[in-house]
Amino acid sequence: MAAHLKKRVYEEFTKVVQQQQEEIATKKLRLTKPSKSAALHIDLCKATSPADALQYLLQFARKPVEAESVEGVVRILLEHYYKENDPSVRLKIASLLGLLSKTTGFSPDCIMDDAINILQNEKSHQVLAQLLDTLLAIGTKLPENQAIQMRLVDVACKHLTDTSHGVRNKCLQLLGNLGSLEKSVTKDAEGLATRDVQKIIGDYFSDQDPRVRTAAIKAMLQLHERGLKLHQTIYNQACKLLSDDYEQVRSAAVQLIWVVSQLYPESIVPIPSSNEEIRLVDDAFGKICHMVSDGSWVVRVQAAKLLGSMEQVSSHFLEQTLDKKLMSDLRRKRTAHERAKELYSSGEFSSGRKWGDDAPKEEVDTGAVNLIESGACGAFVHGLEDEMYEVRIAAVEALCMLAQSSPSFAEKCLDFLVDMFNDEIEEVRLQSIHTMRKISNNITLREDQLDTVLAVLEDSSRDIREALHELLCCTNVSTKEGIHLALVELLKNLTKYPTDRDSIWKCLKFLGSRHPTLVLPLVPELLSTHPFFDTAEPDMDDPAYIAVLVLIFNAAKTCPTMPALFSDHTFRHYAYLRDSLSHLVPALRLPGRKLVSSAVSPSIISQEDPSQQFLQQSLERVYSLQHLDPQGAQELLEFTIRDLQRLGELQSELAGVADFSATYLRCQLLLIKALQEKLWNVAAPLYLKQSDLASAAAKQIMEETYKMEFMYSGVENKQVVIIHHMRLQAKALQLIVTARTTRGLDPLFGMCEKFLQEVDFFQRYFITDLPHLQDSFVDKLLDLMPRLMTSKPAEVVKILQTMLRQSAFLHLPLPEQIHKASATIIEPAGESDNPLRFTSGLVVALDVDATLEHVQDPQNTVKVQVLYPDGQAQMIHPKPADFRNPGPGRHRLITQVYLSHTAWTGIALDCHSYQMLSHVR
Amino acid sequence: MPEIRVTPLGAGQDVGRSCILVSIAGKNVMLDCGMHMGFNDDRRFPDFSYITQNGRLTDFLDCVIISHFHLDHCGALPYFSEMVGYDGPIYMTHPTQAICPILLEDYRKIAVDKKGEANFFTSQMIKDCMKKVVAVHLHQTVQVDDELEIKAYYAGHVLGAAMFQIKVGSESVVYTGDYNMTPDRHLGAAWIDKCRPNLLITESTYATTIRDSKRCRERDFLKKVHETVERGGKVLIPVFALGRAQELCILLETFWERMNLKVPIYFSTGLTEKANHYYKLFIPWTNQKIRKTFVQRNMFEFKHIKAFDRAFADNPGPMVVFATPGMLHAGQSLQIFRKWAGNEKNMVIMPGYCVQGTVGHKILSGQRKLEMEGRQVLEVKMQVEYMSFSAHADAKGIMQLVGQAEPESVLLVHGEAKKMEFLKQKIEQELRVSCYMPANGETVTLPTSLSIPVGISLGLLKREMAQGLLPEAKKPRLLHGTLIMKDSNFRLVSSEQALKELGLAEHQLRFTCRVHLHDTRKEQETALRVYSHLKSILKDHYVQHLPDGSVTVESILIQATAPSEDPGTKVLLVSWTYQDEELGSFLTSLLKKGLPQAPS
Repeated sequence: MAAHLKKRVYEEFTKVVQQQQEEIATKKLRLTKPSKSAALHIDLCKATSPADALQYLLQFARKPVEAESVEGVVRILLEHYYKENDPSVRLKIASLLGLLSKTTGFSPDCIMDDAINILQNEKSHQVLAQLLDTLLAIGTKLPENQAIQMRLVDVACKHLTDTSHGVRNKCLQLLGNLGSLEKSVTKDAEGLATRDVQKIIGDYFSDQDPRVRTAAIKAMLQLHERGLKLHQTIYNQACKLLSDDYEQVRSAAVQLIWVVSQLYPESIVPIPSSNEEIRLVDDAFGKICHMVSDGSWVVRVQAAKLLGSMEQVSSHFLEQTLDKKLMSDLRRKRTAHERAKELYSSGEFSSGRKWGDDAPKEEVDTGAVNLIESGACGAFVHGLEDEMYEVRIAAVEALCMLAQSSPSFAEKCLDFLVDMFNDEIEEVRLQSIHTMRKISNNITLREDQLDTVLAVLEDSSRDIREALHELLCCTNVSTKEGIHLALVELLKNLTKYPTDRDSIWKCLKFLGSRHPTLVLPLVPELLSTHPFFDTAEPDMDDPAYIAVLVLIFNAAKTCPTMPALFSDHTFRHYAYLRDSLSHLVPALRLPGRKLVSSAVSPSIISQEDPSQQFLQQSLERVYSLQHLDPQGAQELLEFTIRDLQRLGELQSELAGVADFSATYLRCQLLLIKALQEKLWNVAAPLYLKQSDLASAAAKQIMEETYKMEFMYSGVENKQVVIIHHMRLQAKALQLIVTARTTRGLDPLFGMCEKFLQEVDFFQRYFITDLPHLQDSFVDKLLDLMPRLMTSKPAEVVKILQTMLRQSAFLHLPLPEQIHKASATIIEPAGESDNPLRFTSGLVVALDVDATLEHVQDPQNTVKVQVLYPDGQAQMIHPKPADFRNPGPGRHRLITQVYLSHTAWTGIALDCHSYQMLSHVR
Repeated sequence: MPEIRVTPLGAGQDVGRSCILVSIAGKNVMLDCGMHMGFNDDRRFPDFSYITQNGRLTDFLDCVIISHFHLDHCGALPYFSEMVGYDGPIYMTHPTQAICPILLEDYRKIAVDKKGEANFFTSQMIKDCMKKVVAVHLHQTVQVDDELEIKAYYAGHVLGAAMFQIKVGSESVVYTGDYNMTPDRHLGAAWIDKCRPNLLITESTYATTIRDSKRCRERDFLKKVHETVERGGKVLIPVFALGRAQELCILLETFWERMNLKVPIYFSTGLTEKANHYYKLFIPWTNQKIRKTFVQRNMFEFKHIKAFDRAFADNPGPMVVFATPGMLHAGQSLQIFRKWAGNEKNMVIMPGYCVQGTVGHKILSGQRKLEMEGRQVLEVKMQVEYMSFSAHADAKGIMQLVGQAEPESVLLVHGEAKKMEFLKQKIEQELRVSCYMPANGETVTLPTSLSIPVGISLGLLKREMAQGLLPEAKKPRLLHGTLIMKDSNFRLVSSEQALKELGLAEHQLRFTCRVHLHDTRKEQETALRVYSHLKSILKDHYVQHLPDGSVTVESILIQATAPSEDPGTKVLLVSWTYQDEELGSFLTSLLKKGLPQAPS
């Protein structure tokens, strides 16, 4: 959204510039128009050799051409085209034609006839291909004109028999992009025979050139994308293409099969060499699974990716993908996974002690074993141990998507995902951990699985560990041993990598609140309490002890019997932690005297619904503001703002909305206050000094509106209008204040003009939204616009002043999802005791670790600012790879900032200040 | 009738001493030249006298190809080339060429120095033999002579293992050697393009096995090692110096790296160091991960793995040791085993198969008290684990490779007869490809269809292609041209060009046919009716009504004349050239049916 808005801001600018040019510099434009094509003409005439001409054309292509002069240029180009003998120059001209016809504001139908004309007389295949490309550009530019499209399709069909693959390629591309969608329309187009585009394209599935075959399939996919329903007959054709010799054909064919399977999932297809029939989607699934063991990795990646989106497939087929039907010497063998499961259920722990542990069991009937045609059999097993990590990642992603839609499959694929935690490439490991997190709602980890998962906690990569913490936050553990194991491993992790502290605490918080009943029996052991003896009080600053407490307190939230097991010092520690780490330690309903410490919270933490209601109500109340006297309005606004702020603090889900509305209300409040100032009643020359408040208010409103526009994600157009409107009011206020404080008219003239321009600009930009702004400032302003344009500044100011007072307060519609963008710097921590020292002139690297919430497109918008003690500031743009995305709406920036400074006299460098700028305007 | 003949001298329905003779289009090629582990007499080498009784081998064989450096594929090479006598070229890949002499030398030392055999090849012979080797790159087509060419494909079994395509003219054979279809920690998977050979000779070690995912085994292995080390125990991993050893080293090395472990890992010296050196050099032959990261760090530059010294075995604290040989039957691994066997904290992991009678086999089958030499009894308290890391393709992998190459027939070697039987049946059933499994000395003869290349002139080809309206790539199509056979090469040219080349004048053959029509109108009108009739039927053809009253369809001329005797009938004269025979006869039959009744 922010990026989008930014673009719009830029658009605004360009528009303004153009407008000015049109008004002021019309003459200039007229002069340049003919000269551009003329210059080209002269250049081309001057050219003695084809190479020269090519050079001129190349130079010409580098400069943009205005929409008005395109036609002239095109004429010149065509003229030269007819004269030109060298194919390379013709090729360049043809490509230029295509480029020019894409110019916005130019309607290319006038050059189409010429293009088709020259197409008929062209002999060179390359130029033909390029011309067809030009036609494609023209055709896509005019999507409404059916007749033109028909004509182009006709041209394409005619050239389909060309001997050159390039020409055939372009023809098919044209057909795919322009082929008519509805047959009824084509009939009335001058009696042309209706062409079945699909049939024509389908015929080229068996072209002799693989590139043409690929283009044909791509054209078919293009038709599908444009909304044409493909025939089911294509399925069989596409299946044949799966055994093509060329990888690009196979890769495209896989896509086509996928498309057809999504279109006709339920239709029935026969299985060759048997009488059985199955659903098409199952058949397609089997075929795509087979492609996971294709010879080319490009095809394998494609196939693995597509598998993930075939959710309609029957569970029977789905589960086959994880079963390779192991055997050894023709005897069935159980997989290691099955063995692990059995061992676990039989209560044993160790595995694989014996040599013959995996000894094969029963004999397999040789006739029944199928080595190839088992379709889906083991597709994921193959995909997950593929040679190329691209394939493995694609397989993991597909697994994730399928598991999200099928809980039983999720349960089954767990073992495989856990295995992927040991992949040799970190990316794959990370991906599989993320995947596991996504499906964790559907699964419960067995103890042996948990064991493997936890082993990864020792990984030296921080990303992996943190991903794993995230995973543990939302996993379900089945036994109390599991919880204990997880805690022990996490504490081990904590001692090995102390920097993980925050992440681990957070992880334990969720672990505790998810499994209160499992934590309960562990409490005495964890707190090392003894029924008879008092034990030593643990160190309150020990991160490990805090970790344990976080787990217990969060579990205690929903388990009222737990506090009874606490010893005295635990309660004291609770009070301390509740204050110092309030985001990790929930409010507990503790017996007796301890209630004081938690007196605030429980009563207030209410359900989401009432608070939502509260928000709505308070906002509605504010909108009746109009009818109140100024004093009352101010008070009401102040109360509401306070309420909203409090609400935002309490309810994190509503924080965005509450903040957003509060900011808006604050703007209004400032405006009202500014208008209430006494200064307006005093004669102008008397209050020169006193206008501070009003101008400060104007400034602040401007600032707040910019914040509202850019600091929130999810702001929609309706809000943007209101925000801009508020800003306009602020500008008006500013104008009035300046008018009253400055003497002399000269500066005022400029300001007035600028303001009116701004109004004009607002009107043009939000023209569609104006009807919603009934009775508002702008509404009234626009009514008086003609008058304002002609009046003197003093008069303008007067009118504005009355209008500001009279205008209605606009209702701010609340957006669906709004979040405040924020950034927290975790490292370097604020008041560090160790100042950073470095030699002047040399560079020192500083690790920066920050979390960004709800920042859109952080790679482009976030920068790091370093403020040196001498006031010098430096902006640093982090690399895109430094941003990680641990969850929706959240980003993590881990980067290194290089500091360097020349020597300066004064105090040593002892403080740094970092600032995240989420928007670069 | 041309044919391909294949005779296995070793590895026919057997594992060991791979040696296969192939005759293809008059060329004789020997694939691999291995020894047999199970024998110590003459049977350990293939019977080369089979090839030729009295002549020199060099005259008979065009080349020898070695697929990889395992001794059962190259062990007999010095004996064959130096003692039996062969001076022709020997082809192998660069890594094989580098590592092969080390292993041969090692083999020679054991046979001569330890077992005291006489009449064995000498170090000099190994050197001389290696001089005859020509090294090839992956996917490089090597011309052995004018007709015979070979090309290597990646096989993934060990470093430098390759599959070879042998091609003479249009006939070709692919020999896989040993290969692996699932990648491991240091090597990628075998790959071949759709080369459609006449015959694919494939190994079939695991013909009846479908294996579990490799990841479980790796995870188990790492977990066991990690647990033991954390408890403070020592881990002994007996390995053979090449192949698996490197895989396990990489596995442990990366794990140590990832988990930040500090426990020392040792590798017993000797052979291995040299071999490791070659592993470092041949990075292009390794897997994706190693190839991508070697610029920053060569994965074979082990950070955590150090050379082992005998004294280290008594050091306190945990450690992991790789020691040779792999079956615990002698040498360093056995010494260390004896030292550590008494402590239950320690562990020994056997990563491969153990032959019966070795200490390895005994402990794997659960024996806890071992009788050592000198009547000592060793009590084994340490944990014993078995973990199979094998780099052969399983049944599914073999089928996958056959599917990738799309051969006309398949021949199985390097496997047990009973297992081959099953795979053969499956291949014939599921791929519909004929399959053979000859025993040693048994010859398979495979008829191939003879294909004769004919050159076609570009002009003719383009002309004929332009005529076809719809593309039908795979369908045979009729083409008009002249076949010229000259100096034993064939050319297809257009008839005009043929006439020109042969200096012949062109004769025109024209057919003329009269069709009688009942029509009372004038000739002009009849012609007009014929014209409109034909125009309505022959939409694809160019029908023209000429001003002189005749009608032409393409180059066929139709004239209407009125015979004097009967004014009620008109005679249509249809005339066409030989080239338009098809259209002409169609037209006459069409006209014979008469014209439709005109609406008068």
